[in-house]
Amino acid sequence: MTALPGIGVRKDFEVRSGRRIGVVAHKDGAIDLIVSQRDDPDACLAQVPLTTDEAGVLANLLGAPQLVEKLKEDHRDLPGITTRQLPIGGSSPYRSRMLGETGLRTRTKASIVAVMRAGQLHPSPGPDFVLDSGDLLVVVGTPHGLDAAARILADG
Amino acid sequence: MDSTGLALIELGAILFALGMMGRFAGRFGMSPIPLYLLGGLAFGDGGIFQMKAATEFGHLAGEIGVVLLLLLLGLEYTPAELVTGLRRDWPAGILDIAANATPGVLVALFLGWGPVGAVTMGGVTYISSSGIVAKVLNDLGRLGNRETPVILSILVFEDLAMAVYLPILTMMLAGLSFAGGLKSLAIALVAITVVLVVALRYGRFVSKVVDSNDNEVFLLKLLGAALLVAGAASALNVSAAVGAFLLGIAISGSTAQEAAKLLEPLRDLFAAIFFVAFGLNTDPRAIPPVLGWAIVLAVITALTKIGTGWWAARRQGIRRMGRARAGAALVARGEFSIVIAGLAVSVGGVSHRLAALATAYVLLMAVLGPIAARVVEPAVRFFQRDRGGLDPVGM
Repeated sequence: MTALPGIGVRKDFEVRSGRRIGVVAHKDGAIDLIVSQRDDPDACLAQVPLTTDEAGVLANLLGAPQLVEKLKEDHRDLPGITTRQLPIGGSSPYRSRMLGETGLRTRTKASIVAVMRAGQLHPSPGPDFVLDSGDLLVVVGTPHGLDAAARILADG
Repeated sequence: MDSTGLALIELGAILFALGMMGRFAGRFGMSPIPLYLLGGLAFGDGGIFQMKAATEFGHLAGEIGVVLLLLLLGLEYTPAELVTGLRRDWPAGILDIAANATPGVLVALFLGWGPVGAVTMGGVTYISSSGIVAKVLNDLGRLGNRETPVILSILVFEDLAMAVYLPILTMMLAGLSFAGGLKSLAIALVAITVVLVVALRYGRFVSKVVDSNDNEVFLLKLLGAALLVAGAASALNVSAAVGAFLLGIAISGSTAQEAAKLLEPLRDLFAAIFFVAFGLNTDPRAIPPVLGWAIVLAVITALTKIGTGWWAARRQGIRRMGRARAGAALVARGEFSIVIAGLAVSVGGVSHRLAALATAYVLLMAVLGPIAARVVEPAVRFFQRDRGGLDPVGM
């Protein structure tokens, strides 16, 4: 973490390929995603301003696969059971509605074990958990059930 | 036409013209400051058209502009940032003073403007424009660069140096005796120390006094406090601007952010009037005779700033391209050079040619600075290729 007096802080780290990746967090709460150049590690290839929502979506994209991998690992011994991440899109009928309203469990036998929102994990959400666009649901079930669940979340 | 009507029309015409100029400047990623100065020159004493009525308003409004400029500068920094910046980068800060104030001092002495003129011009050529620099860094997507903290801590150092420098200048301009001067300098130093300690330990109490949920109440309290502190500082010969800066530092946390958001449009308005008022009071006919010197100073102090940034970045282990970027980013001079020159001119005691030289110098540097920051990368690449791709990594 590096202080940028008058602007905010820079939080970044070096990835294996030698580039720096991180964010510049402005004092007013705005966030820029930064990626360093390959031939000049001092400079940045990109400085992309992100809204809070966009940062949340990015955090989900990066965080959810890890969780899914781990869950898959956990029930590798149970054939026929798999884990998938299903998004709540901007056009999903269930955005800003309660999780119970999807009736996912009764209709598909698949279980929502966690919701990723803005990079935060909400484990074992109850039926009164309110979904929002950009959320990633981590769902466990049979491949068939998961296909059905994906359709329901997208089209109702 | 009665005088109020005339003053309103003049003021309206000036503000409208400034708005148009600002839009023009924004399109080219330029700072609007040079255009504001040119606008002032055009309509002032000896300009193409004289606006007397607006000049009177411009004087007090310009003073408020300076107070707001410095208040917001203080609000930008947390006391902790100031202290760490000072500790880590003071050698670069000292080099910055030595390298960039000296050309101004020498030219003023050569032109026979005496010690007061020399100290004023030293300040004008020393201080980079943190407003222009921060905007350029953001526009060019360099906030995440590794040399950026180096640039910013030099700016922090300069801003703190202003808090010591302005009282010295004020006392010299007031023609105080050596003992009287020492007294006001001592007051300034004690005030800075007390403010830093208070802000570090008890910042929330200061914030609480001015804070309010009601925007209108908040604005009035803030502005009132700023003018009170600035006026008191001015009465003590510590300079109004420094008082406002210290108040800004003392206000911290979420109060500071809210205050900055609320005051920003006011600052933009009054600062614009300040630049115009400075231009209005400068006789454009005095510029051509000093233009040569302005160009000489511009070239020398652009190089000394690049040298300062280069050296400071190298200390932090930045590579060659980053060092060049750090140097070029610092070239811009702007609002604070005009604040310094404006202080000297308003008190008097310096040659009227100084205002002309400072105007011409800032006109050049406020335009040159953002250009330098943009062309530095292609320029460095060009020279490296010229020398047969010598050491592209440049460690």
